[in-house]
Amino acid sequence: MAKITYHTHNNKIHTIDVQNGLTVMEGAIQNDIPGIDADCGGGMACATCHVYVKEEWLDKLPAKEDGEEDMLDMAFEPKINSRLSCQLIISDELDGLEVDIPSKQG
Amino acid sequence: MNKTDVLIIGAGPTGLFCAHQLGIIGLSCEIVDNLDKAGGQCIELYPDKPIYDIPAVPECTGEELTNSLLKQIKPFNIKFHLNERVEELNKNQNRWHVKTSAGIEFDVAAIVIAGGVGSFVPRKFSVKECEKFEGNSLFYSIKDKSIFKDKTISIFGGGDSALDWAIELSNESKVNLIHRRDGFSGVEASVQKVKELNEKGKLNLYTKYQMDTVLGDKKIESVKIKHDEGEIQEIKSDYVLGFFGLIMQLGPILDWGLNINKKTVEVNTENFETNVQGIFAIGDICSYPGKLKLILSGFHEGALAARGCFKYAKPDEKLRFEFTTTSKAAQERLGIKK
Repeated sequence: MAKITYHTHNNKIHTIDVQNGLTVMEGAIQNDIPGIDADCGGGMACATCHVYVKEEWLDKLPAKEDGEEDMLDMAFEPKINSRLSCQLIISDELDGLEVDIPSKQG
Repeated sequence: MNKTDVLIIGAGPTGLFCAHQLGIIGLSCEIVDNLDKAGGQCIELYPDKPIYDIPAVPECTGEELTNSLLKQIKPFNIKFHLNERVEELNKNQNRWHVKTSAGIEFDVAAIVIAGGVGSFVPRKFSVKECEKFEGNSLFYSIKDKSIFKDKTISIFGGGDSALDWAIELSNESKVNLIHRRDGFSGVEASVQKVKELNEKGKLNLYTKYQMDTVLGDKKIESVKIKHDEGEIQEIKSDYVLGFFGLIMQLGPILDWGLNINKKTVEVNTENFETNVQGIFAIGDICSYPGKLKLILSGFHEGALAARGCFKYAKPDEKLRFEFTTTSKAAQERLGIKK
């Protein structure tokens, strides 16, 4: 279990306990947090679950797999701290993670 | 005017199998899809990725699944209208009058929306100023490359479309290729070619840069690009091209008076009809309690929706339930010779 904080673009903050093994994307979808579309359902085949990870978390997250960076090329306003939230699998180590959801996904 | 029993919107696996089910029960249909080929997400998002949960098919790719479905509906000679998007629906007594983006018109008894997560449209620049120049000096696809001859073109993106057009246009235009990182998602041979052209001075490659803004009066005159570290460069450009892949949008479906819930269309589970009589929704685009976004669920939904269409297409007839193994009528429709 990890506490994940989602900052939506209208400055609303949602802090939620997400079960280990789920993804940051699923945590948002299951709790109706707006701004993460996840059109492809977690297949790393779109870029509509794009989030910005708080800087201090960048190095603590598992490295990007092949393909994630390619998909991020397609994301709306990608930055250095961009990740696809479907690729961030929850574990105790992620407790306290904060992500910003972009103003839109496409 | 194309007159047919049912219009299917979307040529993904669900739409294709629904066409099969309509054919089996003796209804005609035509299919419209916004993409240039059948297959929907299977072809556009994961043609090479294996799927393991199609009943009785232990493993197949999106492309193989599409080809098998196309083979299965071949006996029905179904007409496809590709590169077309359905824009307008109007009820005309007991039938529907449908119009597509290119002005093709249909007169149908029922409509089956098998639109997946919407129609694929190009992903656009996030910079507001870009809208002003869209279609005039800023494009997301190329229809006529001759307009670029002897001009300066700034291409954004790192996938195959961006690389291929950068290479192609560098023959007769001055090309700047701008990409947000050093790595590219396009094929390695194209990446090498672009780097080679850059070294020879045949094109200018800017990596770790993204669009900052576009400048110009009626047409684009220059584009400002911003490096990861914050440095901004202004480069002269007659045209700007953006290749950031496709995104799915529900589009005109939102305007048809259907009950929409989180980008999906609400349906009943008896025959997958929406709140509007004669309009059905199946596959990823429909929602109901317990909905699973699996291809196999789409097949089931298509089979029931096809039967739901029957009463609109043939109001004076009664549909008999039959098996393809024993039904003469179904076998005749399939063109099976004994």
